[in-house]
Amino acid sequence: MELKARVPTHREVAFRPEDREELHRLYHQMLLIRRFEERVAEMYTRARVGGYTHLNIGEEATVVGSAAALEPTDYLINSYREHGHVLARGTDPGRVMAELFGKETGVVRGRGGSMHLFDLERRFLGGYAIVGSHLPLAVGVALAIDYRNGREVVMCAFGEGATNIGAFHESMNLAKLWRLPIVFLCTNNQYAMGAAVHQDSAVVEIYRKACAYDMRAQRVDGMDVLGVREACREAVRIARDERQPSFIEALSYRFRGHSMADPARYRTQEEVQAWVARDPVVTFRRRLEEADLIAAEEAELLADRVEREVNAAIDFAERSPDPDPVDLFADVYAGGGD
Amino acid sequence: MPVLTYREALNQALREELERDPNVLLIGEDIGAFEGAYKVTAGLLSTFGPKRVRDTPIAEEGFVGAGVGAAMVGLRPVIEIMTINFILVAMDQIVNNAAKMHHMFGGAVSVPLVIRAPGGGGHQLAAQHSQSLEVWFAHVPGLKVLAPATPADAKGLLKTAIRDDNPVMFIENLALYNTRGEVPAGEHLVPIGRADVKRAGRDVTIVAHSRMTLLALEAAERLARDGISAEVVDLRSLRPLDRATVVASVRRTNRAVLVEEGWPTFGVTAELAATISSEAFDDLDAPVERVGGAEVPMPYAKVLERRAMPSVDDIVRAVYRTRGRA
Ligand SMILES: Cc1ncc(C[n+]2csc(CCOP(=O)(O)OP(=O)(O)O)c2C)c(N)n1
Repeated sequence: MELKARVPTHREVAFRPEDREELHRLYHQMLLIRRFEERVAEMYTRARVGGYTHLNIGEEATVVGSAAALEPTDYLINSYREHGHVLARGTDPGRVMAELFGKETGVVRGRGGSMHLFDLERRFLGGYAIVGSHLPLAVGVALAIDYRNGREVVMCAFGEGATNIGAFHESMNLAKLWRLPIVFLCTNNQYAMGAAVHQDSAVVEIYRKACAYDMRAQRVDGMDVLGVREACREAVRIARDERQPSFIEALSYRFRGHSMADPARYRTQEEVQAWVARDPVVTFRRRLEEADLIAAEEAELLADRVEREVNAAIDFAERSPDPDPVDLFADVYAGGGD
Repeated sequence: MPVLTYREALNQALREELERDPNVLLIGEDIGAFEGAYKVTAGLLSTFGPKRVRDTPIAEEGFVGAGVGAAMVGLRPVIEIMTINFILVAMDQIVNNAAKMHHMFGGAVSVPLVIRAPGGGGHQLAAQHSQSLEVWFAHVPGLKVLAPATPADAKGLLKTAIRDDNPVMFIENLALYNTRGEVPAGEHLVPIGRADVKRAGRDVTIVAHSRMTLLALEAAERLARDGISAEVVDLRSLRPLDRATVVASVRRTNRAVLVEEGWPTFGVTAELAATISSEAFDDLDAPVERVGGAEVPMPYAKVLERRAMPSVDDIVRAVYRTRGRA
């Protein structure tokens, strides 16, 4: 069947052999996210993970390609669908898994869970569960960078559903008006819970919304890790050097339901299969193989390594202590007090 | 000691804090060349420039959220919301983001932010421009809520709020801006979370905050002529709430009249009444009395508006009710 949304045709990003190590790093991250998320799903069904849990399965190329465009000093901020970006930022998978398990050793000590990961050291400024609500925050972080004449950039990731809420439009306007160093990264996975894009948005080519703010915008194939990386690199460069925001729509697809609780009955198997045929992890591996940039044994070693990393993460989470209820009132206020 | 208006006291606090700390910046609609809808930021743009006195479009959710984001990475924004009524479109940023982050992210980040907004009625501004919404914020763990009544407290609390590492809602009142009082020059810091006994008395405790403190003091003056000695406790801070000062006063006077300009249902006075009933029940000689705004959207017509707002008469009558005379 034909894909409903138009995938942009883009210049194939040519491989260069000297990139081999970097390409393996990207493939490793994509595989890690895929496997991590699959095991999270399993841990959810075994009641080790609770709450709302949203997976990045199907979106690995967008997640990894966008993170790869950032310097370690750049900021990344995201919605609740953020496990992948945190892993791509280099946060220890054990501490991420421990957070999902609600353990004291989790990235936010069991206070946030799946939707509220945070890692200040790696400049991951959080997962937020009110759709669109972190876009104004990204504007503020960029404002602070600008205030200090800093060189950092803020990448703000969200779904296409978030482009229908007021906070999106206020943030786009402020970012452009104040010439802030932001990259708005919209992962268009084509559904906001059960709503297909055309059901919720008067403009179905989401990137065109940016023209209301006279902002540079483009749509990229979100299934192509190198294409996403290239588009994001250019947007990051423009933010850093030209002090201008831009908007990137990465056309993607989520292979699972909206959250673990969603069986996704609102779409057909044919549609899902058509997108799964473009699986970003499989596609990237095939491209590497065809270009002789990964040997079969190398790919196997990488898969083994990922398996070990995810197993270790689960082990760590299992073995970690719960938070102590004595600390219930800790950290309501900075500096203490209630 | 210099005598300043409440407005001038706020302006002085902002100026001193902008001078003291380069991380402090002001954000709001028309706070620059226009000098603020109520002129609180007069003269600051010319001294500090547009980077530190930043005008915004009419986008409360956007710029309040931007203030939260800037605070997360170490700036100390002071946001002006033209009046508290417009804050409702920014509630998500305040309640779901600013108030939650420190705890939700395991203590990893803090939000040193001040949001200033005047509330209150009495200017025939009708239903959408006359509200007292401070309890909405006082309900939320993670926020601090201040509502000073005098120029000295306005200056001292604003300076303390700007130095606090938490999101602080700083509630002003339109009818207070022109009121005058002595204000210490230079460094003057009032601690957050401490009520102030504005007038000592023996026979009844009147508890109020913001502009109602002035009405309570007037009522106390009038009662004194009738030989009744009223103590006036000015809360100054609603969260944290200084329950101890209120309870100690009521234990001495054995009577309590609680006043707020906003709707009393689920209000400040309800919270105080609950506190008094659990902590000073045996000390009470009369039921606790509450005085608040009429439970209607504020009407425009002068006679109706006057009737809808708490008055000195209402407070005096409430005191008499605690003495068995209506
Ligand atoms: C303001 C708000 N309204 C509704 C919700 C419930 N909700 C959670 S996720 C979601 C869909 C969001 O879709 P999209 O922005 O495309 O992101 P995706 O989940 O596809 O990554 C909805 C409606 C919410 N969290 N916040």
